[in-house]
Formats: sequence, C-alpha cells, structure tokens
Amino acid sequence: MHYTSAALSFALQDLSVPVMLVGAQRSSDRPSSDAASNLTGAVALAARADLAAVGVAMHQDMSDRYIIAHKGTRVRKCHTSRRDAFKSIGSSPLARYDLQTGQIERLDEAPRREMSRNLTVKPHFDQHAYLLKFHPGFNPEMITLAVSTGARGLILEGTGLGHVSKYCYDAVKKALKEDVPVFMTSQTIWGRVDMNVYVTGRDLLNIGVTPLEDMISETALVKLMWVLGQTRSPEKIRELMLQTVAGEITERTPIMEAA
Amino acid sequence: MFCYCPTILSTKPPTLTIERRLRPTQSELGQIDPAVLFEFHKGRTIRYEADPETTDLVELDEEPPHRLNEEAIDIALTITALFNARPMDEIHVMRKVVIDGSNTTGFQRTAIISLNGKLDVDGKEIPIQQITLEEDSGRKTGESKNSVTFRLDRLGVPLVEISTGADINNPEEAGKVAFEIGKMLRATRSVKRGLGSIRQDLNVSIKNGALIEIKGVQELELVAKVIELEVQRQTILLQIRGELRTRSLKLTDFTDSFVDLKEQLSSSQSKIIQSAVKNGGVVLGTRLAGFKGLLKRELMPGIRLGTELAKRAVFWGRVGGIFHSDELPGYGIIESEVEAIYRRLECGPSDAFVLVADSKENVLDGLRAVVERAKEALAGVPEETRTANPDGTTQYMRPRPGPARMYPETDVPPEQISPERIKRVADNLPRMPEEVAKELGSKYDVGPKLAGELVNSDYLATFEHIVTSTKGVSPSFVATVLTGSLRNLEREKIPIENVTDSHLREIFNLVGEEKTAKESVIDIIKWVSSNPNAPARDALGKLNLEMLTQEKLSEIISKILESNRSFVNENRAKALGKMMNLVMAEVRGRANPKLVTELLRIRLEQFKG
Repeated sequence: MHYTSAALSFALQDLSVPVMLVGAQRSSDRPSSDAASNLTGAVALAARADLAAVGVAMHQDMSDRYIIAHKGTRVRKCHTSRRDAFKSIGSSPLARYDLQTGQIERLDEAPRREMSRNLTVKPHFDQHAYLLKFHPGFNPEMITLAVSTGARGLILEGTGLGHVSKYCYDAVKKALKEDVPVFMTSQTIWGRVDMNVYVTGRDLLNIGVTPLEDMISETALVKLMWVLGQTRSPEKIRELMLQTVAGEITERTPIMEAA
Repeated sequence: MFCYCPTILSTKPPTLTIERRLRPTQSELGQIDPAVLFEFHKGRTIRYEADPETTDLVELDEEPPHRLNEEAIDIALTITALFNARPMDEIHVMRKVVIDGSNTTGFQRTAIISLNGKLDVDGKEIPIQQITLEEDSGRKTGESKNSVTFRLDRLGVPLVEISTGADINNPEEAGKVAFEIGKMLRATRSVKRGLGSIRQDLNVSIKNGALIEIKGVQELELVAKVIELEVQRQTILLQIRGELRTRSLKLTDFTDSFVDLKEQLSSSQSKIIQSAVKNGGVVLGTRLAGFKGLLKRELMPGIRLGTELAKRAVFWGRVGGIFHSDELPGYGIIESEVEAIYRRLECGPSDAFVLVADSKENVLDGLRAVVERAKEALAGVPEETRTANPDGTTQYMRPRPGPARMYPETDVPPEQISPERIKRVADNLPRMPEEVAKELGSKYDVGPKLAGELVNSDYLATFEHIVTSTKGVSPSFVATVLTGSLRNLEREKIPIENVTDSHLREIFNLVGEEKTAKESVIDIIKWVSSNPNAPARDALGKLNLEMLTQEKLSEIISKILESNRSFVNENRAKALGKMMNLVMAEVRGRANPKLVTELLRIRLEQFKG
C-alpha cells in the first residue's frame, strides 16, 4: 500500500481534495477486525479533513481509538501484522481522526482543501527501475546484470549514511557509463544519507552516484519509475529525482520517531 | 494455546492498556448469532490490560496464531486415552464467536480432539461425548455501564473441555461424576491449581422444561446444589405457566405499547425516578395482564419471577432495574401513586404492571425485553444461558447461542494425529490415583489417608518436588501442610492462589535448614499470600520468626525461670511442664521444641533457689 500511495502522490498533482487509501491488518471475517474502523476513519478524513494530499488511513496504535492519515510519500509498512504497521517516517502524519468523538486534527502543514484547484494527472510509469540492497557478500555483478536486463535507473540501498563497498565501484562506473543514473538511499529506514562524511561516500559522489537525501527507499523506487515515465535523459532524470514533488524529500529532519 | 506465553496469572499491575471495539460477523451462511448481536447492542468499549511477561502479540490479536501448542495436544490426547475416547484423525480448529470482549479476537478457538469416551462412576457407565481443546478467556477485572476491562494473562491458556452425555439422572450423581472427572484430570498432573482451574458448566433440563446451560460453577461442592435449585426453578416456572393458563391468558393479551407515567409519579420520592426525569429521561410502564401475585413468586432463594424480568431489562435495556407492582408500594413509590398507575394502565384485579425509568431508548429496550420474558412465562421455561452465583442460585447471562457462531479458523492448518503419536501417549499414561497413593505410602512413609488426600489435591507434583529436594523435613509434615493446612487457609479466604510452588519450596527449605521452625510455616504462607512478589525468607524478618541462637534461647529461659523462682523451687523437675509452656509461648516458631525441653531440663537441675 505504501508503494501505491507513493505512486498516487506523484501521479495526482494539484489535488483539490484528499485521497485516502485504506486497508485492514485483521481480516473482516473476525469481530476484532480493524477494517470497519479504518474505513470509518478514511471516509471521514476524505470527506471532512482540510487537506489536499494522498494519504494512507490506518490505526495509530493497538487501540481502536485514532485513525492516522500518513503522507503518501513518507509512509512505510514497518510491521508484518500489527494494526499500527504503517508509520510515518521522518515526517509528521497529515491528520488524525478520533473514532470516539469524530474530531479531525491536522498534524502537518500539508496543502489545504481548495475546490478551485484543477487536478493534473501524470499517470505514466516505466518499470525499468531497480532497488538493490547492498549487503555483506553482495555481488556487484547484480548491478551489471540489472543494467544488461534493461534498467534505465537504479536505486542502491546502501548502509548507514549511504555506502557500498569499494569492490562495487567498477560496476557502478559501468552503469553510469551506459547512461543509467544511480541513486543512493539508506537501508536504515530512518535518517538522511550524507556521502561527504566517509571516504567511500566521497568516492561514490566522485564516481557520479546521486544521494537522495531523506527519501524512503520504496518511495525513491516508485518516483524513479514515475520520472522514467516522463524522460529518458539522464540529466533530466537526476534533476527531477531531487525536485520535491509530494513531500518525498524534506529540508529539515524532525526530531520525532515514527508516528 | 497458539503461542508460547507462560500459563501463569500475573500479580503485578499491567504495563499496557489498550481499547478495542468488537462487532458481530456473519456466519458462513450469512447469519448473525442472537447471543452475539446481544453483546454488540450493549455498545461497550473493551479495555485490555497486559504485561509483557504473560502476553504477546498473538494474544493482543496483533499477530496471527502460531500452530497449535504440541504439549496441549499431548495432554488432551492423554486425557482422551484415560477416558477411552476415540481420537480424531485430524484436529480442525474452529472459531466460536464471543464478543463480550473476553477474547481479543472476538472468538474463542476450539478444536475437537476425541469422541465417545466413557467413565465408570460407582459401577455406572457415564458416556464422555466429546473432549475438546479450547483457549481460556481473559480475566474480567472491571465493568461499568460503558466499558468492561479484561486482564490478558489468562487469555490463551489451553483448556480441556470434557462433555458428558445426557445420562446423569440426579444432582448427587452429577457431583460424583464431576469429582471422578477431576480425579482423572489431576492424574495427568497438568492441571493448574486454584479456584477456576477446573470449572463445571451444567446443562439442566426437566420434563416439559427447557435446556438451560449454567456457566461458571467453580466449586465442586456447588454442582448438586445448582442443579437442585435449577430443577426447582423450572418446576415453579411450569406451575406459573399452569396458573397463567387457568387465568386463560393468551399471547395476544400482551402489549408493546408503553404508557408515559411521568404525571402519576411527578412528586414521587423515588431517587431513581427523580434522577431519570431530571436527566431528560422518561418513565414508561406496561400492564402485564394476569400476572398479579406471580411476579413475587420465588423461583430460587432471593430470585423471583420479577427478578428474571428485571435481569432481561438490565441486559437488553442497559437500565438499572425495574419496578413491578408485586413489590409496590415501596422504593419511594407510595400507595396513592400505585393506585394512579393501576388506573392509568387500566389494570384489572388480576393484572400486574412494570415500570422503568431511564433514557427513552433504554426504557423502550428494557420494557420490550420485559414483555418478551413475560410472554415466555406462558410457554413455561425459556432456553437460556445462565451464570452461577456463589450461593448456588443462577441468573440470566445471555440467550442460548445457535450454530451460527461457529466457523473455521483459517489461520491455523489442520493437524494430523499420527498412530505413532497415539501410541507414544498410550505408552506414557500417568498412573491412576489409587496406585500413586499406595506408592506414596511406601516410598515416603505417608499414611494412607494423607496419601489419598494428597493425590486428590492440586499439590501432588509440588509435594514430590519438595520432599526430593529438601532435607530435614518429614514428608508427612509437608503433606499435611499441602493438604489440610492450605485447605483451612483457603476457607479463611486467605488468597493462597498467590503462593507459588517456588514459594512453597523455599518455605520448606527454610525449615530444613533450621532458619525457622515447623510451627512458623503457616504464618509464612499467610504472609507470602499477601506479598507474592517478595521471597518467602523476607517473612522471617517481618514476622520475627527467625530461629533464636542457643545463647539467646538460654537467656530467655533464665529470665522465665527467674521470674517464677518460688514455683520452680517448690516443684523442681516437676516444674518442667509449666515452664515449657511459658517458654514456648514466647519462642514459638523461633526455636525447636526438642531443644527447648533439653535446655530446660538441664537448667532446672542446675537451678539454685
């Protein structure tokens, strides 16, 4: 659902009203299902919240009390089964609905509802994008293989501040040489990549890898597909990837943990 | 049953509280069970209290169930073998919808393990229809009109449900069967101890009566009494039916139109009516044609037909209760007001009335439930699920659930029971109580009566553990404490369920190591029962039960002899008995009586007046 919410966030621009995605972590064939309360919250948020953004409406915590609307590009499923599996990463959620009182509370400076706005739809995605997770024993041939199977852009999910080991440099260079842009996010989930701190980071920058700030890896992949749907030019791809479209990159990293 | 949480109850405050709502779900055939709908109509918020020690995500309904617990299956198969029942080839887990909040999922998982067993009770063969594994529910720790609170430590503990056939013919026999089943279960040594670890549900029906399911009979001694009272209740309900028929009452005599009685009670002193009116509520009443005098008819001690009507109003209408004409004037309603109501409701000489004061919605629901129950009196005994009170009487709990509340648990795959598994269980069956008692006698020199009591108590495994691991305490003493003494403490309402096996081991160790005397054991147990999170040795300091050193003991003896100088001088060695009493009164629990006697004897000999 967070891949879908990211895709919709990029595809639906200049929204006049909120768009809510909703689901359930417990199936609706059991009395304890969160389906009904999530749906109630999603409908209330879509109908009444002073918002104009794509959101994911799910439980705030393990109680049937608050339904949170997470920002479409900043949400990630962080648990396999809990009702509050979806978390806002490095950003506050959009709004919160109180199941008991029916009240809605705005939690973020997201765009407000504005009926005079005209929706722009940019629905083209190109799936020749890959998200590669670097890990001990990672074979750099995976990068080469991705390129040879038609990749038009790559996201490397590096360690820590955004690193892959030296033995990957050649494969990265080869990809760039074939006009396949390479981007860096981090597998730590929380935080921002910074490739100026350590040697490998600086090396990768010099080679031509583009760091994606605090963009969530999954969002970065979806955005890359969306950008590829609009252009094939490596320069243009790089430019668009770093241009904030739907809150996917933030300037300030908030102090908060996941909400 | 579907996770690996320990099967213990927590004595500590919860660390996590969450809030939930449950809603009815449809069965596979699209039906909604009446009992389930009934709970939903209460509209209550459910609060769960949990702690990480006894509860995990499965029990919080935040993670799918794991596979059925293997040990639970083995124990159920052992019980299956003990009752000669036929095990299923495959265990299929089902969901039984229960939305009173006692299960976080909104259903109780249950699985049939075996069918068609039997049990011999005094030479009569009692059929054991079915043996099932079920998960226990949460413990209710609080309740109000709008919410109910459950502690989740007990949730998910595997239960074995053993259902007998409808072949028990009288209350005493039911008691005996329950006792025999309990004995067999204890033989597995897998039964938790304490009130509620063995619970009896009773199904009672008499000729022309109805099947009544009574839940929550926790004490064996109550079984016969509950049945007797239920038979009495059904008999009287049938008499009432007869009387209603002689009064030629028909279903069409009942009315669903309720009359506003605010005017008749405008200056009433009844607090309930005053507060209902003040809070914007209503006072509505209805005539019950032909019921005069019947509402006060006692069905069981303290429970009248009027009580049955009231319980329905309380449950369906969320009201505090009802007023009925058989108990009026009273409760702040005076004679002239009663007369005015009779007139307003156009009651004839054999008619009764019921009135309810609360919010309009609650009053309407409540009165409808009252009329419904009154109609059922015309048919005799309504089918119900009732709950047992501690005095053996019962009260309305909810309608009898239908088949619509069962459907398959799709998250747990069926489990095959292999012939090898059945053989392994059969090869490792526990020994029967009589056999074990005999062995206790020869192995530990415990008398036959005491051994018998021990085998039928919840403490057999504890006993064996203590006597094999503790030196310096006699097995008979341990057995006496674990049976008689603990039972006495339980009767005194001492919360001995808080005393764990490790507490008991520690206490007997303290005696064995001569850190305290045998006489202190009961006091230490009492102290531990109210301080369950502290080690037993802390009791010694708190209660002043630490063993006296020989020096200190000699000092006390000297002091006592000194203050009884003339008596000792007169009686010399013969003073021993009296002096012994005086000394023991001061040092009981802190000195070995043998040592006291010995020291006293020497000192008396040396004593120089």
